[in-house]
Amino acid sequence: MNKIINNYPLSEKKSDVLKTPSGLSWKEINLELVLEGKVEMEDLRITAEALEIQAQIAETSNRHQLAENLRRSAELVKIPETKILQIYQALRPGRSNQDELETLAKEMENKHGAKRCAKFLREASKAYFP
Amino acid sequence: MVKSKRLKSRADRAINKDSFIEEWPETGLILFNSPFDPKPQIKVSQGRICELDGKSEIEFDLIDRFIANYAINVSQAETYMALNSTTLARMLVDIAVPRKQLISIFSSLTPAKIVQVINKLNTIEMMMALQKMRARKTPSNQAHVTNKKENPALLAADAAEAVERGFSELETTVGVSRYAPFNAIALLVGSQTGRGTALTQCAVEEALSLQLALQGLTTYAETLSVYGTEQAFHDGDDTPWSKTFLASAYASRGIKVRFTSGTGSEALMGHAESKSMVYLETRCLMAIKGAGSQGVQNGSISCIALPESLPGGVRGVLAENLIATLFDLELASGNDAMASHSSIRKSAKLMLQFLPGTDYIFSGYSVMPREDNLFGGGNFDASDFDDYNVLQRDMQVDGGLRPVSSTTILQVREKAAHAIQAVFRQLKLPPITNSEVEAAIQAGSSEDMPDRNVVADLDAANRFLKHGKNGLDVIRALAQEGFSDIAKKILAIQKLRMSGDHLQTSSMVLPGPKVLSAVNDPNDYQGPGTGYKLNSERWKEISSLPQAEDPREIGFLSSPKSDNFIREIGEAKNSKDSQEVVIAIGPAFGCSLNSTILGTPHHDVLQVLIHGIRMEGMKPRIVKVYETSDCGFIGHLGAQLSGSGVSIGLQSKGTTVIHQRDLQPLNNLELFPQAPNLDLDSYRIIGRNAAKYAKGQPVLPVPTKIDNMARLKYIVKTTILHLRETEQVVKNRKAQELKWTFSNKSFEIKKTETTRKEKRSDL
Repeated sequence: MNKIINNYPLSEKKSDVLKTPSGLSWKEINLELVLEGKVEMEDLRITAEALEIQAQIAETSNRHQLAENLRRSAELVKIPETKILQIYQALRPGRSNQDELETLAKEMENKHGAKRCAKFLREASKAYFP
Repeated sequence: MVKSKRLKSRADRAINKDSFIEEWPETGLILFNSPFDPKPQIKVSQGRICELDGKSEIEFDLIDRFIANYAINVSQAETYMALNSTTLARMLVDIAVPRKQLISIFSSLTPAKIVQVINKLNTIEMMMALQKMRARKTPSNQAHVTNKKENPALLAADAAEAVERGFSELETTVGVSRYAPFNAIALLVGSQTGRGTALTQCAVEEALSLQLALQGLTTYAETLSVYGTEQAFHDGDDTPWSKTFLASAYASRGIKVRFTSGTGSEALMGHAESKSMVYLETRCLMAIKGAGSQGVQNGSISCIALPESLPGGVRGVLAENLIATLFDLELASGNDAMASHSSIRKSAKLMLQFLPGTDYIFSGYSVMPREDNLFGGGNFDASDFDDYNVLQRDMQVDGGLRPVSSTTILQVREKAAHAIQAVFRQLKLPPITNSEVEAAIQAGSSEDMPDRNVVADLDAANRFLKHGKNGLDVIRALAQEGFSDIAKKILAIQKLRMSGDHLQTSSMVLPGPKVLSAVNDPNDYQGPGTGYKLNSERWKEISSLPQAEDPREIGFLSSPKSDNFIREIGEAKNSKDSQEVVIAIGPAFGCSLNSTILGTPHHDVLQVLIHGIRMEGMKPRIVKVYETSDCGFIGHLGAQLSGSGVSIGLQSKGTTVIHQRDLQPLNNLELFPQAPNLDLDSYRIIGRNAAKYAKGQPVLPVPTKIDNMARLKYIVKTTILHLRETEQVVKNRKAQELKWTFSNKSFEIKKTETTRKEKRSDL
């Protein structure tokens, strides 16, 4: 397990595992490519794979809640911002009833394969409507 | 009506502008031990917390529920809750108990238990614990960069200066929220201009904050506020679940976040539920831990003046900092908002975080003068930088900042202002004029900045965001305008989001960019010889203040004067001439040193002393003493040679004594130990008084000024000039008789002046 920590920081020690969601490698991205217009802001994002490595590093460092957060994040990587903001809004006080939260949980689970996020939404629902 | 002058001047002191109140537990105006705080307690059944600090599960509010779900390690909870609180408190300060073990224990305790443990510690013990418990080994600092006019050139210049001074995170905010993208760009550009690098953020409403980060205009966020009661949370329009989800949203885009909490917020919002501030803050911190945040900024933050109005407030704020570290959270430890009118009180409070060190000692040190701080911050600001640098040097403590020369500061300010001007030009934003650039380099505050067309700016900023312009557009603009170095650095920072390295606990970004966090720089403090140490390079940086002088250069005459006004003519003999007053000078006088500590030429000093003696009708005689550099002994030796038995002993730095033959060497007729208080008029009166003693007349001692600051101001120079004199001592060389020649012209001028002054005193 310690081996994972030895790869940290990935940007220095393991950049070959890093790529953009669009498939560009860490090394490829440089100023020239940006000037040629071959990199967009959308590219400069983290992948679920990189988040999983970071989650493992957090876990190895006994930071279980941080690891869980990073794994929830990994599920959100491909979910558009509007949807993310919609879920955030739904979780704010007095915005949703149980059914609405359950609908969102189902959508996360079934459409996006976001099991952890779905579980989290259901736990919220249970806390909001005990 | 206060009649006592002392009472009046005390009442006017800055400290008495601060507010002080008694405790009022019912409203939460108390740091620890509200009678309404719960007692520590837990009950676990089948791996589930069913009672928490005296509440059964059905009584749980949302925060209890969240803490029970996510923040307590259930498997060990009952074991560690059973430990005696004093035992746990002692473990915090026991260097034999490693950080890791304590993190494990404290992850299993309830809020009330943690508060009980922490309240066993006194302030120094809390500092010791904080030194051990902070997550990252290397301390650092965050800056505030804002200005009232939201001028982008000034923001960029201030951001560049901030990074040059060593800040590794910069935070801006807005007066008018539509300015947000421009302020964010200005920080982004400024932060990558100088030698260093930094993460940047713009504190605005959550959705806008997220958008700025997504568009690559900011690189971290800090807006996720948490409260210790459900109602306060509700008023903040969030729940622990909504905040947690938002934190995951940021991380999903590779953006660093920390939460915000702090004592006093619940009382301020009227929802403290009669609980003590530190108890409620512990609930906040457990919610933050449970959310999976890597860290928090706390230390009361914008509420700081409220806990500070209460007994034990500053200790309580240190306690909340410490508790954050017990949960293994990154800690940006406050010290940002105005906490006191008194600089004594502000500095004293700062020491509680500065000495143990935290991940970010300030949650925002105001790089610009506080009147430009839009956070209501500026407890320490631009004017305090030199003080701060001296504190680091005094205590040999790494407070995260670097002393920098004014030349360097002006260079990076200039470059940043030009760079942001270029970005605005390329992106066809309302132009930044050359006069704005000039003003941004030299400005004291935004008062010195030309006004911009606010309507045009807001319109352009709005369109900028709407059209999805982003960090890469800024990078391209910089490269096209010849600022490829800045463009590359911004790109490198943006690339970090691919790695997520800075999502780990307590990350900071060093030039490279190289990420340092609790993972690759874990705090391993376990007593002397462990933990963070200043390496020699960093210590040299801290100790080399730009204003520090080379002592070897002080008082050193590279080419001694050729126009010698004194000349040795052989060994000085005892004299029987009762008219004679000897001026005995030190061994460096008029040769290796040629002026007193104040820079008065030795030539002039001798001239007026002689004049004074002659005014009383006595005969001056000068001898040079080689055997000693001590003022008393010089005078004493002179007195032995003097026909009248009276002498004036004179050191090269200007210290003077009037001596008499029959006195012990260290006794005297009159002593003038503070040379900086002596001017030529004083020397003239000294000459006259010595002559009067020789005549046997009654003498009114020379009036001396009392200046308590003289020693403080001149002790270094005194030491070095005395050292130079002592170097000239020749042990067995007898005193030498001197001849003197003065420039007549200057003498005449002084003579006229004296006559005029004497006439006045005669009246």
